[in-house]
Amino acid sequence: MAGIASYGAYIPLYRLNRAEINSAWGGMFPVPGEKAVASYDEDSITMAVAAARDCLKGIDRNKVDRLYFASTTSPYKEKLAASIIAGALGLRRDIYAMDFAGSLRAGTNALRAAIDAVDAKAAKYVLVTCAETRLGAPKGDKEITFGDGAAAFLVSSTGVATSIEGSYAIFQEFHENWRSDKDTFVRSWEERFIREAGYTKLVPEAVNAALKQCKITVADISKAAIFAADPRLLGNVAGKIGFDAFAQLQDPMFMTVGNTGAALPLMMLVAAMEDAGPEQRLMCVGYGDGCDVLIMKTTEAIEKIKDRRGIKRHLEAKKMIPNYLKYVLWRGLMETEPPPRPPINHISVPALWRDREWGLSLTGQRCKKCKTPQYPPQRVCVICQSEDNFEPYHFTDVKATLNTFSHDNLAASIDPPTTIAAVDFAEGGRIIFNMTDRDPEEVKTGMPLEMVFRQVHYWEGIHNYWWKCAPIRC
Amino acid sequence: MAAGIRDKVAIIGMGCTKFGELWNKSPEDLMVDAFKELLEDAKIEKKDIQAAWQGGPEFTPGSVGDSALPLAQTLKLPFIPVTKVENMCASGSEAFRGACYAVASGACDIAMALGVEKLKDNGYGGLPEFSHYATIGTKHRIIGANQTAPGMFAMLATRYFNRYGISPQDGKKMLAAVSAKSHHNGALNPKAHLRREVTIEQIVNAPIVAWPLGLFDCCGVSDGAASAIVCRADMAKQFRSDPVYVKSLQIAATSGEEEMYTDYDYTHVETTTRAAARAYAEAGIKNARDEISMAEVHDCFSITEAVTMEDLQFSPRGKVMDDIMSGRFNLDGAQPVQPDGGLKCFGHPIGASGIRMIYEMYKQLQGKADKRQLKNPKYGLTHNLGGIPYRSVVSIVIVGN
Repeated sequence: MAGIASYGAYIPLYRLNRAEINSAWGGMFPVPGEKAVASYDEDSITMAVAAARDCLKGIDRNKVDRLYFASTTSPYKEKLAASIIAGALGLRRDIYAMDFAGSLRAGTNALRAAIDAVDAKAAKYVLVTCAETRLGAPKGDKEITFGDGAAAFLVSSTGVATSIEGSYAIFQEFHENWRSDKDTFVRSWEERFIREAGYTKLVPEAVNAALKQCKITVADISKAAIFAADPRLLGNVAGKIGFDAFAQLQDPMFMTVGNTGAALPLMMLVAAMEDAGPEQRLMCVGYGDGCDVLIMKTTEAIEKIKDRRGIKRHLEAKKMIPNYLKYVLWRGLMETEPPPRPPINHISVPALWRDREWGLSLTGQRCKKCKTPQYPPQRVCVICQSEDNFEPYHFTDVKATLNTFSHDNLAASIDPPTTIAAVDFAEGGRIIFNMTDRDPEEVKTGMPLEMVFRQVHYWEGIHNYWWKCAPIRC
Repeated sequence: MAAGIRDKVAIIGMGCTKFGELWNKSPEDLMVDAFKELLEDAKIEKKDIQAAWQGGPEFTPGSVGDSALPLAQTLKLPFIPVTKVENMCASGSEAFRGACYAVASGACDIAMALGVEKLKDNGYGGLPEFSHYATIGTKHRIIGANQTAPGMFAMLATRYFNRYGISPQDGKKMLAAVSAKSHHNGALNPKAHLRREVTIEQIVNAPIVAWPLGLFDCCGVSDGAASAIVCRADMAKQFRSDPVYVKSLQIAATSGEEEMYTDYDYTHVETTTRAAARAYAEAGIKNARDEISMAEVHDCFSITEAVTMEDLQFSPRGKVMDDIMSGRFNLDGAQPVQPDGGLKCFGHPIGASGIRMIYEMYKQLQGKADKRQLKNPKYGLTHNLGGIPYRSVVSIVIVGN
């Protein structure tokens, strides 16, 4: 039977207090709490990579034979995103990499598809990674309630931490939330209608059917991770189903992260797994134009994967965005005076393609003769002059420290100053990176650093990714 | 070691335009102006020139077009060999080296070098990011993302302060003294771009460009051209009584070690250190601190000048602060540096700077440096750095009587 062998999550470092948005718009939205905001150089692809790295901690990446990326906010409308994620993670090439898009249930859809693939013995290890960076229009309620986040699961039939017991799905064709090919922001119909005809009707219907199918009752569920755009509505459906809201419902993180769309039920499931011991029954409910329900039971193996950053540690390690304007600039919602710098040059697709390995996965090389790690790959060893005598060497997870840096106000950046860092790796090798997710004041020579996958350029519809360094998050 | 170039080639004429924001001068105007001064100074005719080298434009290639044809066509050189060379900010020195080597080899008797740059046609301050001209997707573009000159050189200051236990406040003051000295000298120089004295306090409190470097830690971004004419040393006295002789020409280009490996300490520039050692051997100089009378070094940023003093062996490692604060490198100090104002105040039109540095040494050795004139200089050194601290090419030229 298929189950979840590992989990991981990612919440961006930055949070915006909703009071900042409320005050920018003259007190129209007195909504409490804060929302997680992707940094200016993050998107759903980079966050999906971060969650997947958390999930794959200590796991041989060559095992992964499928990659499912789920999001309603892929940076590309047309182009595979999973291939970029697979490249960044250094996964094998002979795997089935695919995108699940469009639906707010894309996350639970992908998880269910992974389970089905493993049960059908079509795959042994399916990595599901789901990330969202949805935009609500400025001066609207969705801008206040939406948040950014990601979760990832490794689905397999061996060594599982939760074993899937049942699944159930229904769909309903109606327009609740939508974003057409011409829209930037998410739209929705009047709240009273979608509440009555949608969430509060479909969730109880699907959950009850799933319980019945598994021949269990509400009381058998230890924790239910149920998508909830609004915690009050979750209370409403919990009452209808018969859940004890305090004991059985997983916190939808409305006060701390916000509504992360397709990623929300998966993030809530990660949070539930973090707290769960063996032999507990968990439920995961995805919602959007219908409802997905998964019921699973934890095993002894759940204790072995508690070292993930997951939800808890990512929630704790945070920095506040000082004001609403910064959020507006990070999301590119306002046209601003361009920096007095030359425009960037064009992208060469053949160059990107040639360099996909070292560029996307930060794979350099180690000289077989003198053992010196170096990046980017060279034909001639920088130390011992050996020619064409190297083996691949991955820099992403090697211990690294800051040799020197500067905070550059001249370089064009959405978030100046640009912190440039010369980073030394523990086994040798040095790479010059941009540093992200840092306060300039905290940057000190000798500080330990970690590598993060981020956007570095955008030109004519092409997103270009590379790695940056960052202070160790947690 | 090979015999080297010492005393085989002499400079018999030089020209240098005023540097600055020369809105009304085209790059062609600058070339002609630098060339006219050169001909008048050398008292030769155009037809006497047997070969020429053009340095730059390096960051404004579109301003004159590619190749060396702009030099040949602008000056109407009579179908002689003309070559364009480029090595970033060291392009002017490369042009000079090409001319000197041609003469030293016997390939020709009289050769010219001219460097030119028209940065102020670009429409923004500073230079483009180093990766600007690289295509996105190539290694240079990805790894060089957002790397500017001040950002890269500021990394030297961060590490230098850290290594030698200098507080940011003291470090900023040391760097300010470097710039204040150059502003003093530049104010005395009618051809300099920036001709205003500034105080240490003004420098320290200026807006930060790339921490810890502020506005006055950065050199001028300028238009300008400079030129030199060289001939066989044994012919030099036919043209003038006070030729200046080339004692050494050395260049060191990095192998990439500093950028890619952890041995490089970010408190010095390896290419300067290597080129200087070879230059002293070629010129027969045993003790640079005592024997080099004066220098024009590549002070693109104040920290660059500071570490260069150590790399050139003018100051012991880690001790340049003492020499800077005691005024050793001031116009009235024991070893004046940047007597013409340096890149800092004379300005930095990339392709022209290497030859501009030699121009000041030449004038000083001839006693024609006016208010900046030093007493009996014997050896003048120029140091021209292309690139960034960990990825650089450095040219050292030593000239003397």
